Amino acid sequence: MKVTILQFPGTNCEYDTQHAFEGLGATTEIIWHKSESIPSDTNLLVVAGGFSYGDYLRSGAIAKFSPVMKAVSEYARNGGKVLGICNGFQVLTEAGLLPGALKRNDGLHFISKHHHLKVQNNDNIFLEKLNNGDVVNIPIAHHDGNYFIDPDGLKDLYANNQVLLTYSDENGNSKNPNGSVDSIAGVCNKEKNVFGLMPHPERAMEAILGSDDGVKMLQGFLNA
Amino acid sequence: MKAIVNVSLKAGVLDSQGKAVHHALDSLHFSGVNDVRVGKQIILKLDTDDKTAAMADVTKMCEDLLANTVIEDYEIELV
Repeated sequence: MKVTILQFPGTNCEYDTQHAFEGLGATTEIIWHKSESIPSDTNLLVVAGGFSYGDYLRSGAIAKFSPVMKAVSEYARNGGKVLGICNGFQVLTEAGLLPGALKRNDGLHFISKHHHLKVQNNDNIFLEKLNNGDVVNIPIAHHDGNYFIDPDGLKDLYANNQVLLTYSDENGNSKNPNGSVDSIAGVCNKEKNVFGLMPHPERAMEAILGSDDGVKMLQGFLNA
Repeated sequence: MKAIVNVSLKAGVLDSQGKAVHHALDSLHFSGVNDVRVGKQIILKLDTDDKTAAMADVTKMCEDLLANTVIEDYEIELV
């Protein structure tokens, strides 16, 4: 199992992501955004969190024109598995690989804390180790995590089981930290090979650090 | 020629910054403000004087990069 992790100027979660996947037994490689290809033995491509290009213009807006992104699109179109975490999610929506967009949090504050999430659809490789309705405790750390999609797009998301996770309280009742439409925290594409979420499962790998609920999420990819 | 591009959130997309500014104006007792929208202005210096060509180019720039048309509208003024 080989996990390739993208690094843009301003990415800052690539080493956490690497540590998390290596802890699960995967081999990893971090590639710089100037690379024009994805290593051919890649089983999962992760667009890691951070602040690519300083979030200038819009979060993720400039990164989508990095040389590596053409290869990312091609990899995704050919069915390759792609996971975007936080800024990675923003990059994937900007690049049109995932539907919707991420706006400034409704409260205008940067939010950094553990938050509960409810599993909405586990009929995909990312969440198959969890059950629908399960509640996990995962850190969030974002300023622009307010998921927006228009009503037609939202209908499509529901019709195709593309809503992966929603923000909730510890009992699974909806609780919305940032104003996201229907408290959505993560979505996938129709083909269910491109995944994006604002929370950071790679920061929830050890109980001693607050939660290990990220293990079951990231493990889903390892059996592919 | 210069192109002045104004980018703002679409009508119907909640503008939290606009709301906060509106609230602040209220607390400063500025009355008579019905709504506030916060956007951004991008000014481009162009090396052409051909308005038609400039409009076509800048429109493409807006669609590709300057605005995220999922949530934002843009207006282009050439001066």
